[in-house]
Amino acid sequence: MTLPAWIVALPLLAAALMTAVPRSRLLMVGSAAILTPALVAFLARTILRDGVLQMQLGGWQTPLGIQLRADGLSVAMLGITAVIMGVITLYAWAYFRDHESSRYFWVLWMFLWAALNALFLSADIFNLYVTLELLGLSAVALVALPQKAAALTAAMRYLLVSLSGSLSYLMGVALLYAANGTLNIEMLANTAQASPATSAAFAMIAGGLIMKSALLPLHFWLPPAHANAPAPVSAVLSALVVKASFYIMLRLWLTLFGALTSPSIAQILGVMAAMAVIWGSIQALLADRLKMMVAYSTVAQIGYLFLIFPLSQLAQGSQEALQGGMYFLFSHACAKAAVFLAAGTVIYACGHDRIDGLAGIVRQMPVSMFAFALAGTSLIGLPPSGGFIAKWLYLNAALRNGQWWWCALLLGGGLLATAYIFRFFSIAFSNREEIVSARPVPKMMEWPALGLAVCAISLGLVAPAVKKLLGVGGLF
Amino acid sequence: MTVTLLYALVGVALLSMGFYGLVIHPHLLRKLLALNVAGAGVFLFLVAAADSGAAGTPDPVPHAMVLTGIVVAISATALALVLADRIFQVSGSTQMAEKDPAEGL
Repeated sequence: MTLPAWIVALPLLAAALMTAVPRSRLLMVGSAAILTPALVAFLARTILRDGVLQMQLGGWQTPLGIQLRADGLSVAMLGITAVIMGVITLYAWAYFRDHESSRYFWVLWMFLWAALNALFLSADIFNLYVTLELLGLSAVALVALPQKAAALTAAMRYLLVSLSGSLSYLMGVALLYAANGTLNIEMLANTAQASPATSAAFAMIAGGLIMKSALLPLHFWLPPAHANAPAPVSAVLSALVVKASFYIMLRLWLTLFGALTSPSIAQILGVMAAMAVIWGSIQALLADRLKMMVAYSTVAQIGYLFLIFPLSQLAQGSQEALQGGMYFLFSHACAKAAVFLAAGTVIYACGHDRIDGLAGIVRQMPVSMFAFALAGTSLIGLPPSGGFIAKWLYLNAALRNGQWWWCALLLGGGLLATAYIFRFFSIAFSNREEIVSARPVPKMMEWPALGLAVCAISLGLVAPAVKKLLGVGGLF
Repeated sequence: MTVTLLYALVGVALLSMGFYGLVIHPHLLRKLLALNVAGAGVFLFLVAAADSGAAGTPDPVPHAMVLTGIVVAISATALALVLADRIFQVSGSTQMAEKDPAEGL
C-alpha cells in the first residue's frame, strides 16, 4: 500500500514540474489541489476500515528505512490540511493572478503542503525533525515574499526562532536516541524509562516545540510574521503551521512523555496557556491594524490548545479534554484561515488595514464581512460553532476532573474574544462611510473565506465522524 | 572521563554557547554564526552517541542523522544569508529593527 507516500509525493512532484516548466502551473496547481485531498479522503476510508496503516519507504526496514504511519490523529490532521490548503489555493489564485512573485509562491506553497503531509505521516522522531525544518524553511520564504523591510525582518526573526527551535528539538532527539537506541515513536514508547536523560530530552523537545508553536512567553515572533505575510500565507501559518509543532508535542506527550514526566509539568504548561489566552486577547484588543489583531488572536487561541495537557492529565475527563483540544485545533484552523483571508481582501480593496479607517466597510464587501462574522462566532465560542463544541468539551473535562479554575479561564477568554471581535465590528458595521475608493474585489477572493467560515460553524455537525476517525490507533 | 563523554559534554557546551551568542549579538551574521556553532554542538553530541563500547563498531544511525543535519543546516544558512542581504539592501542595516514599522501591504 503506497498511498501515504503518494500523499507526500504529489505536491512535491507538482512543485518540481512547475519549476521545470513554468507554463504548466495551472495544470500542476490544479491537479495537486484536487488529487491530494482525494487521496487523503481515500486514506481516511482505508484506515477506518482496516485500522492503522504503516509503510516502509523503498522496502527498507526500521531502523534504517523510513517508516510512514497513518493513524486516526495523523489522518485527521491530513484532512484539515487538505481542506484548508485546497480552499486557500482558490483564493491565492486570484490574489497572485498578476503578481510577479507568483512564480515563487506556487512552488513554495506546494513544498509547504508536502512538508505538512510528511510531518503528519512521520513515524520516527528524526523524520519529524527533517519535516519540521522543511516546513519552517518554506514558511519563512513565503513570509519574505513581499520583499519589504517589515516582511523581510519578520521573516528573518521567524527563521532564527524556527532554527533554534528545531536545534533544541534535535538535541532532545539525540538524547532520546543515546538513552534508548531507537528513533521510532512506538518503540520508544515501549523502552523509554523515567530518567534524567528522558527529562532532559523532554525539556529540549518541549522548549523547541513551544517556541515553534508560539506559546507565551515565546510568542514574540508570531505577530509580525503572521501580520506582514501575504494574506494566503498568513492564513495557512496561523491555521496549520503553528499546529504542526503542537501536533508533534501532543503525539509525543500521548505516547511517551505524558507518563514519564512529573504531573506538575502539565500544570506549568497550563499556566503558560492561561497567560497566552489573557495576554494575546488584550494585545488583540489594543491592536490598531486588523491583521495584527488577528495575529494576536492566534497567540490567545494557541493558549487554548495547550490546555489539553493539564486537562487530560487525570483519567477522568481526559477523553473529553483530548477531543476538546482537537476540536479547538480544527475549528480554529478553519475560522482563523477565514478571518485572515477576509482581512487580506480588505487590504486588497482598501490598500491598508488600519482598523480606524475601515468604518462602514461592510457595504463594500458584505460577503467577506459575513465570513469574518461567522468565523468570529467560532473564535468566541458561540453555539453551534466548532469553537463552542471545543469549549463545551473542555468545560466538561475541567469539571469532571475537578480542575474548576480552568473554567474561569475558558469563560473569561470568551469574553475577551467577544471584546476584540466586536470592537472591529462596531467600526466595520457603522453608518459612517469613509472608504472612498475601494478597489473591486474578484469573487474568488470573497467566497473561499466564507466557505472556511461555514466549515468552522458546521464542524459541530460532523462530530461523530471526527470522533470515529480520531479513535483509530487508540490514542483517543 | 572517557573520550566519548568528553565529546558529548563539549557538544552540550557548544550548543549552550551558540544559543547564548544568538541572543546577545545584534549583528545578523554573528547570529547566524552562533546558530551554526549551536548546530555543530548537537552534531558533536550525536557523533559521541554513535560510540557503542570499546569493542563494537560505531552505530551508523547517528552518523546518518549528522549528515542529514548538515544538509539542513547548509540550506537554512543559505536562506538566512539571502534574507540578511535583502534586509541590508532595503534598510541599510545589518541588524533587525527592534520594532517592525507598521506598514500596509
